[in-house]
Amino acid sequence: MSLSDGLAKTRGGFLSRLFGRKAEEPITPEFLDELEEALLRADLSVSLVDPLMAQVRDLASTGELKTVPKALDAVREVLVAELTKQDASLRSGGKPRVILVVGVNGSGKTTTAAKLAKRLRDAGESPLLVAADTFRAAAIEQLETWASRLDIPIVSGRPDGDPAAVVFDAINAANARGNSTVIADTAGRLHTKGHLMDELGKIVRVTGRAREGAPDEVLLVLDGTAGQNAIQQARQFTKDANVTGLVITKLDGTAKGGAVFAIVHELGLPVKYLGVGEKADDLVPMDARAFVDALLPRAA
Amino acid sequence: MFEQLSDKLNVTFERLRGRPRVSEADLEEALRDVRVALLEADVNLKVVRQLIATVRERALGEKVLESITGAQQVVKIVHDALVEMLGGEAAPIERAATPPTVVLLVGLQGSGKTTTAGKLANTLRKQGRHPLLVAADVHRPAAIDQLRALGKQLGIPVTEVNASRVASDVAAAIAAAPAQARDTVIVDTAGRLHIDDEMMKEVEAVVAAAKPHEVLLVVDAMTGQDAVEAASAFKARLPISGLVLTKVDSDARGGASLSIRAATGIPVKLLGVGEKLDALEVFHPDRLAQRILGMGDVLTLVEKAQEAVDRKTAEEQTKKLLEARFTFEDFYATLQQVKRMGPIGDLMKMIPGMGAVAKQLPTGPEAEAQMKRIEAMISSMTRAERVDPTIINGSRRRRIAAGSGTTVTEVNQLIKQFAEMQKLMKQMGGLAKSGRLPRIPGMPMPR
Repeated sequence: MSLSDGLAKTRGGFLSRLFGRKAEEPITPEFLDELEEALLRADLSVSLVDPLMAQVRDLASTGELKTVPKALDAVREVLVAELTKQDASLRSGGKPRVILVVGVNGSGKTTTAAKLAKRLRDAGESPLLVAADTFRAAAIEQLETWASRLDIPIVSGRPDGDPAAVVFDAINAANARGNSTVIADTAGRLHTKGHLMDELGKIVRVTGRAREGAPDEVLLVLDGTAGQNAIQQARQFTKDANVTGLVITKLDGTAKGGAVFAIVHELGLPVKYLGVGEKADDLVPMDARAFVDALLPRAA
Repeated sequence: MFEQLSDKLNVTFERLRGRPRVSEADLEEALRDVRVALLEADVNLKVVRQLIATVRERALGEKVLESITGAQQVVKIVHDALVEMLGGEAAPIERAATPPTVVLLVGLQGSGKTTTAGKLANTLRKQGRHPLLVAADVHRPAAIDQLRALGKQLGIPVTEVNASRVASDVAAAIAAAPAQARDTVIVDTAGRLHIDDEMMKEVEAVVAAAKPHEVLLVVDAMTGQDAVEAASAFKARLPISGLVLTKVDSDARGGASLSIRAATGIPVKLLGVGEKLDALEVFHPDRLAQRILGMGDVLTLVEKAQEAVDRKTAEEQTKKLLEARFTFEDFYATLQQVKRMGPIGDLMKMIPGMGAVAKQLPTGPEAEAQMKRIEAMISSMTRAERVDPTIINGSRRRRIAAGSGTTVTEVNQLIKQFAEMQKLMKQMGGLAKSGRLPRIPGMPMPR
């Protein structure tokens, strides 16, 4: 599935009113209301939408923005600029490269870990998956099923085992076997659970003992359907686990993932990947333009 | 989860109360703040607009601008509008006239269906039912293993279905339930997108075969604006009878999931409030509106107490307490019961007016740590010392401190506080006997 297909499912509906207008149509109060609605319904924070709309209204009243397409383009540009400030490439600071996948329950960590492993293998790397979610019932089996389907090696923890020890051992195993990248799936945890966040902090620290400078990436997996709480999640995970990048999942539904703008704005974290479907190939590198176009579609 | 929304609204209302009269500008400013607070809480945009329009209309209709109690009236109008949005009374889980009762769980990926299935089975068993779990998620890798593991933990049987005949296997599992003395069947289905036609057809077929009495839509409380869209799509194709909100123990303000009730009419029935298998609560919409507006939730607190506290023990202890026969032994038992009710901070927030106080108290990890130290000290006492603390001399104090990893000063403090409490209780006991102490509703008092 291509990114634009995955993101395009929701065109139509009330948005078609907004974007079905003719090119030369002038800006009206109704249009401004609809634009605001489109942004808010995409889960963009009201703290970003209100000032943004104030600017658009200003520019419209001074005559600098005259037509609907011009106004939409201006807003798209602002949003794309926000998403392209940071380097979205995958970092590597040594061998093996170490990637931790973290996030709240049900955001799609295990699936993301598997898809990322496939993507790296297809690019010529030799990834090693690590099932370090030793807490949730059958989480290990879930990643093992993916690993055998994709034919990617995996190191698994034992149920209720110490996740930090599993990751530590896996990095040593990767060294011995010559794997270029280690991708560790961690247990889902709510950012409000202090002791679970401490445990995650420990995994990050222990990783650094297995390889100087590791982890290279701590990817926070955010559910694309999440609302403003995603910002709280990102704050807390960044504080406790030094998040280096974001993955937004479940964008093949009708949600737009607009909450990410406030996160990028406040924490300066790059969005590295987007999850756009259930198949192994449905994890794609961030494409700011396609992401914003899904939010404010261009007329076909 | 609703504290932050509550805090935001209270700031608005405080400012409003500070005005001698509510001017039209004051009202508009308050409404703007309410709008932002609701949007930040992920309340659906349409619902927000409707709510604001309702409040404005009623406020002008009731002439709050001319009234000296205008601010109070506005608060009440917002409260009533919120209660209307959330719906009225709690809606119980259906029970079929002829068993087995069939409950089907559906929802998006990662919303928490499998965990909810386990929790619901556990809850219904506590109510005297005999549940059977049916693992019908044949799509997510290891989802069936997950439900099987939960069933094993709970000691509740799990029936699995074959991927090639999901609907007929579910129907067969239901038909076989009475023979296994199971009166309630809980079916866990695969997570699916509401716009995935093929997957929606699959679950339609399961519903047609299972003829469920309840189809519960499981929704992540952290969901944003999309919640209403997804719920409407599910409702358009399936007979959704209720909502289960999960991950309520996050700090999500839960607005989107709550606006599902306002936008689709589906009542919220249950709340998932933790990772443990007993962390499922009945949802009380009226109480929630009060909690959002900082009015406390005494009923939930009382229910929690009733669940956690063995009534007979409690009555016995209250009696002892008032007669000053309350020992460290009893104190220890009480501590254990309070612990079962949950973190102290959570309990405080349910008491009206205590929301603000709770924030200043050493709650959370600090308070829990303090409780642990007290527990450790009491555990380090001998039985004789617990029954009669007066025998605890200097060398005994040193031994207790060493045994519990605390200091002699802390042990001294505990014994002193305990003695003072006994004295106070003795006085209260006298009052109670003379009938001058008001009885606290819901609390056992000595006869």
